[in-house]
Amino acid sequence: MWDYSDKVKEYFFNPKNAGVLEAANAVGEVGAISCGDALKLMMSIDPDTDTITAAKFQTFGCGSAIASSSALTELITGKTLEDALRITNQDIADFLGGLPPEKMHCSVMGYEALQAAIANYRGEEWADDHEEGALVCKCFGVDEGMIERAVRVNKLTTVEQVTNYTKAGGGCLTCFETIEEVLARVNATMVGESLIAAEEAYKAGSTDKYALKIKTRAKTAVPEPAVVSGQMDRTLPPAAVQSPRPEAPAGRQMTTLKRIRLIETAIDGMRSTLRADGGDCELIDVDGDHVYVKLSGACTGCQLASVTINGMRQKLVEATGLALRVLPVS
Amino acid sequence: MRPVYLDNNATTRVDPDVVQAMLPFFTDHFGNPSSIHAFGASVGAAVKTARRQLQALIGAEFDHEVVFTSGGTESDNAAILSALEVMPDRTEIVTSAVEHPAVLSLCADLEKRRGITVHRIPVDRHGRLDLEAYRAALSSRVAIVSIMWANNETGTIFPVAELAELAKEAGALFHTDAVQAVGKLPIDLRSTAIDMLSLSGHKLHAPKGIGALYVKRGVRFRSQIKGGHQERARRAGTENTPGIVGLGKAAELAMKFMDDENTRVKTLRDRLEKGLLQAIPNAFVTGDPRERLPNTANIAFEYIEGEGMLLLLNREGIACSSGSACTSGSLEPSHVLRAMDIPYTAAHGAIRFSFSRDNCEDDVDRVLEVMPGIVEKLRELSPFWAGVGEAPKTFNPVYA
Ligand SMILES: Cc1ncc(COP(=O)(O)O)c(C=O)c1O
Repeated sequence: MWDYSDKVKEYFFNPKNAGVLEAANAVGEVGAISCGDALKLMMSIDPDTDTITAAKFQTFGCGSAIASSSALTELITGKTLEDALRITNQDIADFLGGLPPEKMHCSVMGYEALQAAIANYRGEEWADDHEEGALVCKCFGVDEGMIERAVRVNKLTTVEQVTNYTKAGGGCLTCFETIEEVLARVNATMVGESLIAAEEAYKAGSTDKYALKIKTRAKTAVPEPAVVSGQMDRTLPPAAVQSPRPEAPAGRQMTTLKRIRLIETAIDGMRSTLRADGGDCELIDVDGDHVYVKLSGACTGCQLASVTINGMRQKLVEATGLALRVLPVS
Repeated sequence: MRPVYLDNNATTRVDPDVVQAMLPFFTDHFGNPSSIHAFGASVGAAVKTARRQLQALIGAEFDHEVVFTSGGTESDNAAILSALEVMPDRTEIVTSAVEHPAVLSLCADLEKRRGITVHRIPVDRHGRLDLEAYRAALSSRVAIVSIMWANNETGTIFPVAELAELAKEAGALFHTDAVQAVGKLPIDLRSTAIDMLSLSGHKLHAPKGIGALYVKRGVRFRSQIKGGHQERARRAGTENTPGIVGLGKAAELAMKFMDDENTRVKTLRDRLEKGLLQAIPNAFVTGDPRERLPNTANIAFEYIEGEGMLLLLNREGIACSSGSACTSGSLEPSHVLRAMDIPYTAAHGAIRFSFSRDNCEDDVDRVLEVMPGIVEKLRELSPFWAGVGEAPKTFNPVYA
């Protein structure tokens, strides 16, 4: 079971402000049943003072989604719209004494619902603001703008974190490269603004997509049609993924000597790049599809050793067409 | 109040008789069964007894067809990897879309790293295997078929004896993950074409970390664990003798309780299902209504999410599990429910209650007492719930 804080449990077991607010003049709906969580935020706003006088919610989702929604209503009641707009998803998580990393998207959902409700009150089309970027994750309907925001506000620097906060990439993972791009781009700007250190910034290509999630895909899931109207159709069925398979049959018939030569040549090719970074590597052994290498110089003890190894594996697989694993030896 | 444990497909309580049988093998009979001296000999004899007890439970023709392992996962891995090794000119695997990760993750890995082609046979809305797709996938390129006997989430039973015959015609080996079937269904391997079968101790009131792989006599087998000659060189490593003795005892007890499982336990399960469906609208049982394990009930409650139900049940001292995404840390509902095309409106709200001989009428009463209130509470919180017999509320997300 999740390691929920006492506050999360309290707000789940006895949620405050649950139910329908009849007098609502601002409503924000986000999420969808197919995604596993959805939130309807209802607020009553005093038009003279622009103050939120009451807020209620209805949520479909896990314990932390319900707790986050309830926490949101507590946080915003009594606030002016201006102050409410300054609330971030981190404020919601903090209010609850923290959320497990995999559950941070629940707080993001609260943030989004608030933005949507205020836009609704003001008669604005918040969706427009949201469509500033293209849809990135089709499984969960996450667009570029949402990823950018989550990365900025929460100082995210890995693809896994992006998934935990926004759900993007939590399904079929076909959007993996796009997430990488957005993350790397936003991180680079953040480095420029001294929001994060240069070493922390994400570099595209540094994550092994498959190590991230070995997903077994039986068949394409079709989200339930027509349970939700409106923009539901944006939640497209995840595209069936075919795990790319290196041309193994050719490799399988290759003689051991040929294989080793190929691997040697490929590794030699990589050494110049490594040397440029003050490091080096040496081929130690090849056993079946396991390639043992020894990293030296700046590569050893480097935090990025695993990244280097993953990069090497990718290049090796590309260069040889063999399904290889690279393992470091010391 | 006495806690109610209804998560027996996840694991079972070790039977006190099993514990008693095991205890001497930690202290008095601690010898290594490979040793020549008296310390070893008595233990060797006990291992043999356990092998025979297991042989009896699964109806194997010979006791040496039973290879002790560390559990279901190891047995599944051993069977599939061995088959690929003994049939090097065959590079395909046939399995189902609803297998346990012990099989599916391995297959995904083999697909990715070794260029093996994996056929994942789909199932219909009731979780029944698509036999036509199965026949079509069989060919002389298939090294092994691995199809589970019974599904851990829904309890759906696959016709493995027939499937094994078809695999045999194609010259492929047939393995079945029977982790959820052994001890719950009568099994007589001798009369089938099944080549290999996995079972796990902790699903039948033996400890965790002990299991077995049945390998039919004559089936070629390559051990994945290299080392000593234990288990006729099919599984190296000094035997987990207390575990083996415990598993043997558990097998003996499982035979004794087989009737109970299929009569009394089944009645409990049926009463729970009926009671819940009567008291709670917009709920349905998933899985094959006819071919189903006697102990498993998987019920989907529409418009609510599973984790909330589990948390509220847990507060009432009731333990069960859910196929919902939230509880597993993944973002999507269980691959089994998705393969069955259970609508998302319900897949997120599927709860599994799994019984064993340890359960009684009171347990059913307790669930029936609290569950309607729990579902109602969560439905009141749900923006989709519009009331009994009503279409779900419209929901206009600014983004989905
Ligand atoms: C169908 C099935 N196969 C395999 C396993 C794995 O068994 P073990 O936990 O003994 O490794 C389980 C249980 O977790 C199971 O339900």
